[in-house]
Amino acid sequence: MLTISNLQKVYPNGTKALNSISFTVDQPQVIAIIGPSGAGKSTLIRCINRLVEPSAGQIMLDDVNIASLGRRDLRKARRRMGMIFQEYNLVDRLTVMENLLSGRLGYVSFWRAWRRNFPPDDVRAAFKLLERVGLEGYQDTRADALSGGQRQRVGIARALMQAPDLLLVDEPTASLDPKTSRQIMRLLVELVEEQGTPALVNIHDVALAQTFSDRIIGLRKGEIVFEGTSQDVTEDVLTDIYGEEDWSLTIRKANGEDRGDDQTQGKNNGYLREAATG
Amino acid sequence: MSPSLPDQTPAPPRWNRLRMIENPALRYGLLCLGVVYIIWSIGVLEINWHRISTGIPRAGNMFVRMVPPDFTRWSLLVKGVLESVQMALAASFFGMLLAIPLGICGAVNLVPKPVYFVARTLIILSRTFHEIIIAIFFVKIFGFGPLAGVLTLIVASTSFISKMIAEDIENMTPGQLEAIRATGASFPQLLLYCISPNVLPRFLGVSIYRLDANVRHSTVVGIVGAGGIGQVLAATFSRYDYDFSLAILMAIVSLVFLGEFFSSWVRGYLR
Repeated sequence: MLTISNLQKVYPNGTKALNSISFTVDQPQVIAIIGPSGAGKSTLIRCINRLVEPSAGQIMLDDVNIASLGRRDLRKARRRMGMIFQEYNLVDRLTVMENLLSGRLGYVSFWRAWRRNFPPDDVRAAFKLLERVGLEGYQDTRADALSGGQRQRVGIARALMQAPDLLLVDEPTASLDPKTSRQIMRLLVELVEEQGTPALVNIHDVALAQTFSDRIIGLRKGEIVFEGTSQDVTEDVLTDIYGEEDWSLTIRKANGEDRGDDQTQGKNNGYLREAATG
Repeated sequence: MSPSLPDQTPAPPRWNRLRMIENPALRYGLLCLGVVYIIWSIGVLEINWHRISTGIPRAGNMFVRMVPPDFTRWSLLVKGVLESVQMALAASFFGMLLAIPLGICGAVNLVPKPVYFVARTLIILSRTFHEIIIAIFFVKIFGFGPLAGVLTLIVASTSFISKMIAEDIENMTPGQLEAIRATGASFPQLLLYCISPNVLPRFLGVSIYRLDANVRHSTVVGIVGAGGIGQVLAATFSRYDYDFSLAILMAIVSLVFLGEFFSSWVRGYLR
């Protein structure tokens, strides 16, 4: 699905944010990217959909090299990648429904977007997603009237409206309280499984990463220093990623299974695809 | 305190506030310069007590001739007022229209650098000159009358509104732009779904304010011959028709009052 090879980013001021990053995402799972502030987590995520221009390397989404696309093709490729942000980044003065439908902008013409005249399938998918993320009936509420957790649910729904092949998630819980954080992560995990869409999730909370991800990538100073499952994360690994510290209380207890994944796996029933057929 | 250390009582801690200018010579030097400057500028005023003493009775004479205001030539008055209002409305409308593209091009976070510099240069240039100077230009080019006045006010409104739009766009948090760009939206769609919801309330507010300002300015640009009630006013002054002048001034005051009232009423709705 996604193969990144030798990805590099050097900012104009000379900072080397990413240094020869390579990894592959080949199954629908949650991949957590952990690492200290400034390790390049955000840059990595933003290079993949080119909100940040990579300096060198290949980003293959199926057989398209995103790193070398022109403007028009880049827009087409961006439609296939849904993005979720730390600060939700909803358009505050628009309603929840308008925010959701903005996920379909890549597929409709300017005039249809102007008149808010989206295809019925899009509207149907939007209502279904609203219900799925627990915001039924909120379609006409303005985004700035929602709480943090609700906003992030809208953010997730907007990304899923794109019926994406890949989710790019940048610190989804960093602005939320611990309980809401867990709810949001659980929702994300469930949706990844329901829709069969892999998600790359930047997260600085190691315990959350261990609880909710299938695979963890550790980043330090722009380089991958760890790759493995939650069980592989030991005190030595954390010391390698973050530096010397007492990690004994950070690592998730072996049986602390609060993830609650009782969903059937990999049904691959994107809401839009489902709406189109039903 | 141990007796073996008798002379080690610590000195009381000293603290002085941080001065904005650390060097005392520079600090007091600048102060002296300031005082000299004030004295010098008062000297420039050349207050001529003789002219003031003759001016006061002349002012009294003028005010006496002003009352009662003369409304007999009301048709001329109404025509002038209507022309001013028309000028203000037309200028605001075209100003709003022109300000949208110029404002977008003047936002550094939306457009390439060269476009930004051209747009900003245009905005700055048209803000450099006061309305009166622009009006004089247009009167020289297009002759006396409201056309020159409307063009003047369009230039002024466009630069004012576009500057506000550009700054409003630049003040947006980059996150919303990122989010909409990440969906694969085109630039026009970005304007629709991100820029316009954020900027529209302020755009309308500023435009209404500008309409109100245009009503005021339309009375002024007439004085250099650019049409409207101001042109009528200037004519009455030069013919010593002070009673008609007062009538016109009263009309202008009520017009501006109405404009002010209308604009605050509308802006109340926009909030």
